[in-house]
This record gives sequence, structure tokens and C-alpha cells, in this order.
Amino acid sequence: MSLELVLQYLVAGLTYGTIYAVVGVGFNIIYNTTGIINFAQGEFVMLGGMTAVSLHRVVPMPLAIVGAVLVTMAIGALVEITCIRWLRKPAVLRMIIITIGVSIALRELALLLWGESVRSLPYFTGNEVSSLDLGGVRLSPQVLWSLGTCVTIVVFLRFFFQHTSIGRQMRACAANRDAAALCGIATKNLVTLSFVLSAGIGALAGCVVSPITYTAYNVGTGLAIKGFTVAILGGLGSSMGAVGAGFLVGVLESFSVSLLPAAYKDAISVAVLLAILFLRPSGLFGSREVARLEAA
Amino acid sequence: MKTLRFLAAAALLAASAHAAAADKPPLKIGALLAVTGGASFLGAPEARTLEMLVEELNAKGGVDGHPIQLVVKDTAGDPAKAVSFARQLMDEEKVFAIIGPATSGETMAVKPIVEEGKTLLLSCAAAEVIVNPVTPHVFKVAPKDALAVEMIYRRMKKMGVKRIGFLSSNTGFGKAGKDQVEKLAPAHGIEIAVSEVYDKAATDLTAEVTKLKAANVQAILNWSIEPAQSIVIKNVRQLGLAVPIFQSHGFANVQYAKAAGAAAEGVLFPASRIVVADSLPETHPQKAVVSSYKRAYEARYKEDVSTFGGHAYDALTILARAVKEAGLDRDKVRAALEGTKGFVGTAGVFNLSAADHNGLALDAFEMLTVKDGKFAVLGE
Repeated sequence: MSLELVLQYLVAGLTYGTIYAVVGVGFNIIYNTTGIINFAQGEFVMLGGMTAVSLHRVVPMPLAIVGAVLVTMAIGALVEITCIRWLRKPAVLRMIIITIGVSIALRELALLLWGESVRSLPYFTGNEVSSLDLGGVRLSPQVLWSLGTCVTIVVFLRFFFQHTSIGRQMRACAANRDAAALCGIATKNLVTLSFVLSAGIGALAGCVVSPITYTAYNVGTGLAIKGFTVAILGGLGSSMGAVGAGFLVGVLESFSVSLLPAAYKDAISVAVLLAILFLRPSGLFGSREVARLEAA
Repeated sequence: MKTLRFLAAAALLAASAHAAAADKPPLKIGALLAVTGGASFLGAPEARTLEMLVEELNAKGGVDGHPIQLVVKDTAGDPAKAVSFARQLMDEEKVFAIIGPATSGETMAVKPIVEEGKTLLLSCAAAEVIVNPVTPHVFKVAPKDALAVEMIYRRMKKMGVKRIGFLSSNTGFGKAGKDQVEKLAPAHGIEIAVSEVYDKAATDLTAEVTKLKAANVQAILNWSIEPAQSIVIKNVRQLGLAVPIFQSHGFANVQYAKAAGAAAEGVLFPASRIVVADSLPETHPQKAVVSSYKRAYEARYKEDVSTFGGHAYDALTILARAVKEAGLDRDKVRAALEGTKGFVGTAGVFNLSAADHNGLALDAFEMLTVKDGKFAVLGE
């Protein structure tokens, strides 16, 4: 294989990786406050994309994206307030099942609202055929937009969870909700905030990837499965981990296509996931301590 | 509220008056269509077309006095759902005939069940295996994929293309198309350098396209019905590959061309004439039927007409003709269906027989291309 070809597969992997990572990081925020996986995360991604496409008919794109993020954040808050907040015993399993229910409801709602047709935002830079030529290796500018968004989100989250009071309170909430409440932390409000934040991040992801992947009422599940895979693989709770794992899975899938029939692509990423989780149950970048505590 | 109730009462009155006038048992037709899900752009226009056509026929007094009752089941493109709904339609709803399913995978899953229940099935799916070998009760109104492949290979030959890269999705449509593409290639002197199958929910296909680029192919052929067929085109052009791109007849919904934007320009594909109804000459035998269907559909649903809705139109019209001729007797209607000759539908001219339960020939297809975001006839 020539060097140019190796690089082209690498770039293809980068494209896949960016899509997985930008969706994957959204899973971590709710996990960081509640310890649950929000199975409606994919629907937040879908709602972001669909709302932005609808808003874009009347307002310019940056405004449409901001609007879509705000609308989806409001929906995230609504979901938490109506379905999670009033639970007397917020057991993890119960909350997970509720998020599955919410995801189905949101999907059906989107079907009623927008119908079954496929939409997308226009490319942020250039159009469907433009690409950057890096010495024979080509890359759609939209991949750079997604990559930039992904990095921005990760830097923001890192700062938020490590260096702000609210972020630290959210982590305390996940570590031990009762103890956090005893320390005077308003845990319920923080859970709402975590839904708002992850809905917003999901929506932003949905907007930047929509020119590449398209969006329709039912894309949430597919995107969420890969996003979930990389979130687990990277170590739940770690945004950097999700991004690293996203690129790893993306590049692996891309190179697997060069050697094997493309039909095995997904089998390979799942096999790698299983192998890594077998060796490191906490994921690639998760702390062993957390996994041990959770298993206990 | 009051007006609503009044309207409802009026409608009931009108309906009972109508039934009294007709006084014939209803013709109950089931429809198994992927109204939602990944194949919804097939099933949804098909369901809408049936709804529109049934209303139209019933307003004219039904089929030979039998009012039509339509029962649509949304299979979401899932063969397992199609199978259970097929049983429900036959055992509980006791339908006279079933229209659909929209996809080849579902049709193949349903085929043994309708044969067992001796219920007529008019599939709107493409795969040749649906009617080859012929079974007594299964018909199909969409042109065979083998004909589409034939059209594409003829055009490739004309363009001097010998070495192609082939992509298909892992659905019934993709698999059936792949079989035909690979089977017919040697006879046309076409070499398939790379053949790759991708997931129907694929979000980007840059790696697959890179593989085609590495193989130095002269043209790319893609066979799928998902949004992935628009993604393929974008990825090919983004990688700077300037070779011609051929698509299957599954591309014949202008939504796909719009979704791929500038990348769709110049894409070549075979399709029924319905999608270019406006540019057909007045003398063309299909002109009248395709333009009247197009006008009615677009006025009612405010969306572009597609070949797929046309399949539902053909299925119901052919069935209604046969029932008009033979009454509500399944065996006689079956014979009448096989005797359908020279019926001009949206997909082409149907000449069915006991040996051919499809009845469309190569002339059902026209080679089309995308020009300024619209479908256009390619010509010689």
C-alpha cells in the first residue's frame, strides 16, 4: 500500500472517529452526575440536527444552530423534570429504563413532526464536493469543523468538571448522592443541569455532523450505539477517553476495510471493544479505582 | 366540536347511503408497507398513493360496485414484522389481496406465507427472485433488477467502461442487486475489480471509496435504497475521483439527488419514466397515465412524485382491473391478472402471463442523469 493510500485510510478513520467521538462525549455528563447511561442521548443528537435544519429556513445558520442547541437543552430539562426528578427512589436501573422510554417517545414525536424524510444542514464551508487536498490526501472541511467542535467541547468539559464549583458538585453527586445532599448540594437541580448540558452538547454534535451523515427522525439510535461504544471503551466519565477511543475505533474500522471485506467493519470494532473491556474493565482511560468501586 | 360532530354524522349518512346503493360486499385489500424506518421513502409514498387512489375509486362507486376497504400495516421495513402482519391480514382481516411489501427482503419473507394462505400478493419490490421461479399467488409490479443491470451495462459498454468498482448495502435490495450485477458482468465484458458491502445505516463511506480509488476503476456502481447512496456520491467526489457514478433504480427519488447536492450532478441511473413525466413527448404511450398520477399526487401531498408511489398505483390499478373482470373469486382474479396484456402503467407497459408474473420488459427503463439538481433523460 502506498503512503498516500495509508494516509487516505487514516483520514477516513479520522472522519469516522470524529463522528463517534462528538456523539460519545455527550454520554459522559449525565453519567458524571447520576452514574447512569442516558439512552436518549442519540435522540438529543437527532433533535439538534432536525431543529437546526428547520430553523435554517428562516434564520442564518449560526443562529439556527444556537437556536437548535437551546431548544434541545429545554427538551433535556423537560425530560428530567417530568420523568426523573420526581422519582422517590432514583435507582440506576429504573432511570436507565426511563431514558429508553424517553428515546422512543422522542423518536416518534420527531416522526410526527418532521415526517420520514432525510435532511441536512448545508456544509459549513464549501459544498458537497469540496475537499482539502493535503498532498494527494483529501479531507472534507466539514470533518475539520466536527473535529474543532469536538475539541472545544472536551476542553470546556474538562475545565467545567475540574475547575468550577458546579462541576465539582456534579461529580460529588455521582460519587455519592446522599453524601452530596448532606453536604448541602442541591442534587436534584444538578441532575437537571446535567440533562440540559448533555442535551446541548448532543444537539451541537447533531448540527456539525449532519452535513456528513444526514439526519432523519431515526438516526439517533445508530449514532448513539457507536457513541456509546466509544464512551465505554474510553472509560465512562472521561471525555478525553471518549475522543481517544473514538479515533481508535474509527481508524481501526477504516484500515479493516483496506484488508478485509467492508462488511466486517462493525464486527471488528465490537471485537476490539470486547477484548479491551476483558483486559481493562474500566475502559482504556477510565480509572481502575472507579471500576473496582462500582463492581463492589 | 359541534361542527365536527355534524360533519361526522353527515359523513356517516353519506356512507350508509352509498353502501345501500352499492349493496355489494367490499373488496378488502391489505397493504404491507414500510411507511416508517429506513425504507420509508419507498413505503410512505406507496401508502399515500393507495390512500389517494382508493378514495378516488370509491368516489366513483368502487370496483364494479364493490367499495374498496384498505388496511395499511406499517412494517417499518422489518421482514419479521412483515411476516406477522401478513398473517394478521390473512387470518384476522381476511383480505382479498395484499399490496406490497415495498422491499425485496420483506417480500421474500412473506412469499411462503401468502402461498400457504393462497392470498394474492402484488409486491412493489425489485428483486428478480420474487417472481423467478414463479409461484401461483405472487406478482410484482416493479421492474426486475436484472433489467436495471442490463441497462447500466449497455450504457457502460457504450462509454467504453470495462473495469468497475461495486458497492451495495446489506439489505434485501442490495443483496439481490449484487447477485444480478455479478452474474451479468461477464456476458457484457465488465470486470468487477472491487465489490464491497456496507451497512444500511452507514454514516460515511470514505474508507470503502478509498478502496475503489486504490483499485483504479473506470466507473463506480452503487446498489442501495438508503440515504447511504447519497453519502457514497459525496465521498467519491470529496476524494477527487472523477469517474462516472452509476446508481441503481433505487436512486429514483429526487430527494437523494437533492441530499447529495453538487455531488449528484452527472450521476447515471435507470428509472421508470414517471420521474421525468414533464419531459416526455406527448406521443409517448405512458404520457397520459404518468402525468395524471403525478398531477394528482403532487397537488394532494405537496411533495415530488417518485417511482415507488407509482408501483402502488400500478399494483392497485392492475388488481382493480382484474377484479372488475372476474369478480370476487380469487382463482378467477389470479387468472385475470395473468391475462393482463398491454396495460400502460407508471412503470411501463405490462404484459403478464402464467410464466411471467411481472410483465415488464427492458423498455420499462430509461437512462436518466442529474442535471442542476433535477432528473433528466440522458438520451443517446
